[in-house]
This record gives sequence, structure tokens and C-alpha cells, in this order.
Amino acid sequence: MKGNKLIIYGLLLAFGLAAPFIFPAYKLQISFMWILVILALTWDVQGGQMGYNSFGNILFFGIGMYICAGIQIGMFFPLAEWTSSGGEKTFLHTPSQYFQGFFVGLILAGIVPAIVAALIGYGILGLRGHYFAICTLGLGIAAGEIAGGIELIGAGQGMTAPPWPKGIGDTELRSEFFYFLCFILMVVTFIFLKWAYQTRFGLILNAIRDNEDKAEAMGIYTMRYKIIGWIVSAFFLGIAGGLMGNMVGYIEPTEIAFAGATYGVFMVLMAILGGKGTLWGPVIGAVAFHIFKEGFWTFFLGWQYVALGALIVVIVVFFPEGIMGWLREKYPEKFGEIVDEADRKAQVELK
Amino acid sequence: MSTILEVNQVYKYFGGVKANEDISLTVEQGSIVGLIGPNGSGKTTLFNSIVGTHPIDKGNIKFNDIEVSQLPVPTVAKLGLLRTFQQTRIYGKLNCIQNMLISSKPEKDTIFNIFSKIPEDLTTKAENLLQFVGLHQKRKLRAGDLSFGQQKLLELAMALMNEPKMLLLDEPTAGINPTLINGIIDRLIKVNKEFGITLLVIEHNMRVIMSLAQRIFCLAHGQMLAEGTPGQIKNDKRVIDAYLGAQ
Amino acid sequence: MDLLIFKAPILMVQASMDGILLGVLFALIAYGMALQWGVMNIINIAQGELVIMGGYIAYFMYTAGIHPALGIIVSPIIMYFVGWFLYKTVIYKVVDRDLFISILATFGISILTQQLMNFVFGADVVVAQSNFGTTMLFDNSVTLPNAKIFSALVSIIFAIALVMYMKKSRLGRAIRATAQNSRAAKILGVDTEKVYAATFGINAALCGVAGSLIAITFTLHPYVGLPYTVRSFMIVIVAGLGNLPGVALSGMGLGVFEEFADYILGTEFRIGSVFMLLVFILVYRRFKLSRKREYLK
Repeated sequence: MKGNKLIIYGLLLAFGLAAPFIFPAYKLQISFMWILVILALTWDVQGGQMGYNSFGNILFFGIGMYICAGIQIGMFFPLAEWTSSGGEKTFLHTPSQYFQGFFVGLILAGIVPAIVAALIGYGILGLRGHYFAICTLGLGIAAGEIAGGIELIGAGQGMTAPPWPKGIGDTELRSEFFYFLCFILMVVTFIFLKWAYQTRFGLILNAIRDNEDKAEAMGIYTMRYKIIGWIVSAFFLGIAGGLMGNMVGYIEPTEIAFAGATYGVFMVLMAILGGKGTLWGPVIGAVAFHIFKEGFWTFFLGWQYVALGALIVVIVVFFPEGIMGWLREKYPEKFGEIVDEADRKAQVELK
Repeated sequence: MSTILEVNQVYKYFGGVKANEDISLTVEQGSIVGLIGPNGSGKTTLFNSIVGTHPIDKGNIKFNDIEVSQLPVPTVAKLGLLRTFQQTRIYGKLNCIQNMLISSKPEKDTIFNIFSKIPEDLTTKAENLLQFVGLHQKRKLRAGDLSFGQQKLLELAMALMNEPKMLLLDEPTAGINPTLINGIIDRLIKVNKEFGITLLVIEHNMRVIMSLAQRIFCLAHGQMLAEGTPGQIKNDKRVIDAYLGAQ
Repeated sequence: MDLLIFKAPILMVQASMDGILLGVLFALIAYGMALQWGVMNIINIAQGELVIMGGYIAYFMYTAGIHPALGIIVSPIIMYFVGWFLYKTVIYKVVDRDLFISILATFGISILTQQLMNFVFGADVVVAQSNFGTTMLFDNSVTLPNAKIFSALVSIIFAIALVMYMKKSRLGRAIRATAQNSRAAKILGVDTEKVYAATFGINAALCGVAGSLIAITFTLHPYVGLPYTVRSFMIVIVAGLGNLPGVALSGMGLGVFEEFADYILGTEFRIGSVFMLLVFILVYRRFKLSRKREYLK
């Protein structure tokens, strides 16, 4: 089985690496899909594995986006002037400035949201159930509203990210550059979570989900683990945000950065559609969701949001166990759940 | 023998209801003590008070001479004082082995420890304890799929996995198949004698508690009614009245 | 930050009165939210969208030449059936499951309805003119549009009417019985399906009334539903389910808070401050309860 698994992973990896050359017209599309996978995977750490349904993880995505662009610009030019004057018309990054700023920005785009998670975690993660859900919803949307009022980062108009430097290839190269960054980030996120879930950490997250009071009664300081989980999610979300801001080229507070009412909720749907609480569930869900959405936008233009709303309702009401959950019910052996009828029927014997 | 648990004049109110009123008791280390009383007399509330599930209104509680009434629940558990629940609490979506593994006692809670893989020997220990409570054949099943009585046994095994110094058991034989009760009694005596775990047991089954406990405390209407050896309690008129006249 | 309001006391009076009138309206929406939360264990994220929909009904009347204030009669009737319809198609499946599912499902409904309204009415911000004039107080330094006074009065009337209906009518008592113990109510012959559908319908009707009041006092836009949802949620948490005077007071308090925030921080931060207040309230509650080692359930 191990050998088979490695082959599958290898094939997927190869496909992912080759995709921009096989489907050159869809480079940015597939990049965006990898971002969606990261959104779903990181949401699942709280929602699926730990049972804390967050509607505010988008907070970290947005913070990462603004931090990255802010650093990229602020390292070389006055940020306030950039945002007020329409940025790249007055200031031009040299290639070395661009890439320096970009990589420093990406690193901080991961670290700053992680710190934010650590700071607010103690307060927010002390809430449970639907209170946690609605509080995080409030956080995500409030962040967008507040960002929309801050002149330094462009207020409601938003700000532009530094454009691709002149002289370094064409738009194709730019797309390929971002594609590989998105893909690598997605793979790293996946591998990290795969490893993390197999440690004590993963087991405790599940324990918190299944019975937080019991976990505490058994001596586990659950708050620690809740915060660590959020820090992990925030880190990857922040970097993803930084990438996204640069790919889109334009950062708007409520629609792109802190897209609380759209992607903030879509990440929940993606994980549920694929099967929350599993490793592959969010991946499959994100891919499926992306395909649905692109399909709706192409075939139902004008009605696409209606179709999307209907899809959400259908998933939540009729298909809450998701694709992986459905597969698990059908083929439990493939999931390592050996349901021996003899075991199930066995009587307890105390001799 | 030293006193491992000291409950001094503990009061607990829920709004106007006096759930625990001036409760005092002591438990000697290594003994088995029973806590009985009609429904609603405040037994489970007392358990909750002892382990810190809720704060108490008056009094103090000492475990191994450490004042525990102000401590958070995980801290009390880490000191070696565990409890099981009347309505079983297990991790429903995980299988029995995983339930056991999470219940193990980690040496330290450092960042390296958090992200470390679970050692092999813990699995062996888990399986042995599951065998001890008769659940070995069901170890791969989801805990949520077990019957109520089986979940109670799992809870007991999970508690033992944590190597406590003292265990508060809330109705350990409720919901258990009567043919198995003798086996449970034997196991609990073994846990006490061989593992050295002090037991404080809430029970409604008089036969069980009389054969288990060396001392028994009886609560009624939130107050301490009587205490003594099983023989004394069995013949105590106040206890008999409390049960027969209980609302 | 514009702190002029503290230097000019009359502005504080203006803001407070605006806030109280606004808050009574919020309280009406919150009452509907509390109703379905208490009876059916549902948190309706689409509450705001139902309000806006109710408002668009009044606006439609306005564009057809009918005075929009009549919307307070027409809107609830139409919205009752909308609510009933939503229950029979989607909500009924979500009632017995955990609250989180209801949040997600109603979120889907909110997206659907937003888009439908956008499709039918367009994305412009609209107002239905009531031409009710203005009342001037305190030497003309405090101006209160009569539409706002009207809407506050109507809200109070409807709220009282509803409370009496719940107390006296058969359906009202059936609803209250189901809220307390749905199983027992079922056994005693209450048709819980009917009760749930009626409850959701009543909530939608309340939103209809509120919406038509908003149409004449503020503005309508397909995408401003969520803040109304959040406001009603906040009021319910602060007041507690079943605490009617608390709902009224919290509603007014919220209204005043918003008006002051509008003055001090600026209108562009108004919605943001509402959401931040939500976060603050919940976190404050969390720390207060954690001292008793309890959790918000």
C-alpha cells in the first residue's frame, strides 16, 4: 500500500508541476485553485479537525495580503504616496527591488498573521459553537470594513500591488512564476498538515472536537492546542494572501482581501463538500468547488450567484458528510476502519 | 496512612438551590470510599466541585495537601485527581485505541512534545488496559458506536491510562450488564490494591458499594447525612429513611 | 476622530434620539430572530435579507404610485408566505440539526436572495419617499424626520401586538409550548411542523414590517442585509432569549451606540464598529463566564 501511495503522490506532483505547460491558458486559474485548496485545508484545522467552525479565517488571509504589499512598497517608497497617487505610475521597482520586497513581504505575510492569531486566540478561542462562528464572522467582516477606512492602505479604493518589473520576461513568465509559488505553498501546507495530524497534536485536536470538556478533565490544556492550530492556519493563510494580492495586482478591502462574505464562507463550503475532518477532503472540495464556480460563471452568467447560493444550500442540507464522508461510508476498509462484524457483536467478557 | 483528599465545609449554590451545604469529608490514601444518597442529593455536584468543573462558594478542598478549589480543571487532573462521568464522556469519532492514546500522561507539554509521534509502547499499554476491562476485541471500533455500558468501561480504562493517584468514579456500574458487575467489582479492587489508586465511588447499587467500600458517606438534600463503615451505614435509620422517603 | 459631539451637547441629544428611534426598529427584527432561535433552534443569517426584501416590497409599491407606508400592511402579508415557503423548502431539513448547519444553510439562502433582489431591483441604493415631513425640537437644533418617529411607533405597536398574540391566541400558545419542549408539545397534539412553519413565517412578516419602515427612513440596497442580521443577533445575545424588555433596551442601546460611532468615527466606520461591538460583546461575555468556568451555550 505504501508503494501505491507514493506512486499516486508522485503522479499528482508531476501533474501539478506540468499543468502550466499543458494548459497554458489556465495558468492563473489553476493558481487560484491552489489558493482555494490552501483556504480549505487551513480552515479544516479549526473546522474539521477541531470542531471550531470559523467564519473569520479570512482575517489572516487579508492581513497577509496587505502586509506583503505594504512591505513590498514600503521597503523602497513611501507607502502613503503610493496609495494616494496610484502607485506604479510614480514609483517604479527595479527587478532586484521587486523580488527582494516580494520575498521579505511573503515571509512577514506569514509571520504577522501568526502573531495576530497568538494574540487574539486566548479571547476568541474561548468561545464555543455558534458563538465562535458568529464572532469570527464579525471579525472577518469588521476587518474589511476597518481596512476600508484606513487611508494609508488605500481605504475603500484599495491599493495596487507592485507590477511585474520590466525586462523580466513577459506575462507568461509572470503567470508561471506565481503558479509555481502557489503550487509549492499548497504542497508545503498539505505535507505539513499531513505530518502534524499524525502526531499527538492531531489526536488532541480531534479530542477537542469530540469532547473538549473530557479532554480538559484528562489534563489537557486545550487552549494551548487551539491557539497553536490557529497560528498554523494563520501562517499559511497569510502567505497565500500575499501571493494572491500580487497575482490579482489590486487589493481591495472587502472583496479581495477580507472577502468575509464570499471566500470567508466558501472555504467552509469547500471543506464540507470534500469532507471535513479528513486530509484530502478539503483538497477535493476546493477543486470541485472551483470547477463548479467556473462552470456557473461560464454557463450561468447573470445567474451565477443564484446557482452558487443554491449549491451551498444543497451541500449543507443534503450532503453534509461530503465526498470523503460518503466514500468512507461506502468503503470503510479503504480508510483503515476494519469493521469486523464479530467485533461489533462481541460481548464484553470479564474473567 | 495519610489523607489524600480533604473536603472542608464546602458550599455550592446554583441560584437559590443549595446543591452542597457544609460538606466535609476525608479520604485516606489507598482506601476505597463510597458516596451514596438519593437522587438529587448533591453527589455529582460534589464531584464537580472537587475536580474544579465549577468554582465553590465556600470552603476549601485539599488534594495531597494542595488547595485545589481555585485551580483550573486540567491542572487538577495533572495533579493526579481524575473523575469519570455519569453520562459517559468519550471521544465519539475516534476508535477505542485512540481514545486511550489521548488519555496517556505526557511527560511534558513542550512544543517538541506536542508534535511528536505517539510512542509504540503506549499502544501496547492501551491494549493491555482495554483487555483489563474486557474491551480488547472492540478496540478498533469507534467509541461512539459502543453501548452505554461499554463506554463506561472505556472511560474507566482511559482513566487508568492516565495513571491517576485518585479516581472519582460516578456510578461505575450503572448501565453495565448485571452479569459483569462482579467482574467490575474485582477490577476496581485490583485497581485499588495493585495500582495503589485511591477510589471515591458514587453508587446506587448497594450491593456493589457495600462490597467495595471501607468507608461510606451518605448525602441527602445537599447535606452530609451520615458516615461510617458499610455495616454501620446499612443499619443507619436516617439513611434508610432518606432512601425510602426520598422525593 | 470627530469629538465635536462631546463639545456640543445638543448633538448628543440628536444622536441619542436618532439612536433610540432606530433601535426600536432593530429590536423588532431582533424579536423575530429570538423567536426562531428559541422555538426552532435556528440562527437565521438571512434575517437581514428578509428585511431588505420586505423593504423592496414597499419600494415597489412606491414606484407603482402607492404610498410606501402602506407597506407595513402589505409587506408582512407577502413576507409571511415567503417565510413559510422557505421553511417548507429548506429550513425544515435544518431544524433538528445543530445550529452550525442552520447558519450555513441560511447563509446560502442569503446569497440566493441577495442575488435575486439584485436581479429584480438592480444594485442602486434606493429610498421610498414618504413625504412625512420633519419634526423640530429644542429650538430647531434637533431634527427628527417624522418617518423615523412613525417607524418607531409602528415597531412598538407591532411588537405589542405580537406579544399579545403569542399570549392569547391558540397558535401563539402552541408556539410557546413547542419552544419549551417540542417533544411534549408533539405528544399533546401540537402539530410541530405547522408551528415551525408559522414561526418562520411570523419572523419573515416581522422582517417585512421592519423592511418597509427602513425603506422610508433609510436606504435599500441588495447587499446591506448582513449588518441587520448581526445587529439582531447582538441584541438577542445581550438581552437573552425570552427577555422582551431586554430586547427593547438593547435595541435602543445599540441604536444610540451606532449613531455616536457615526459621529465620532465617521460614517465609513459605522458598519465596522457594529461588527467590532459584536466581537467585543462576545469576548467580554467569554471572560466573564470563564470566571464561573462556564461557557456560552
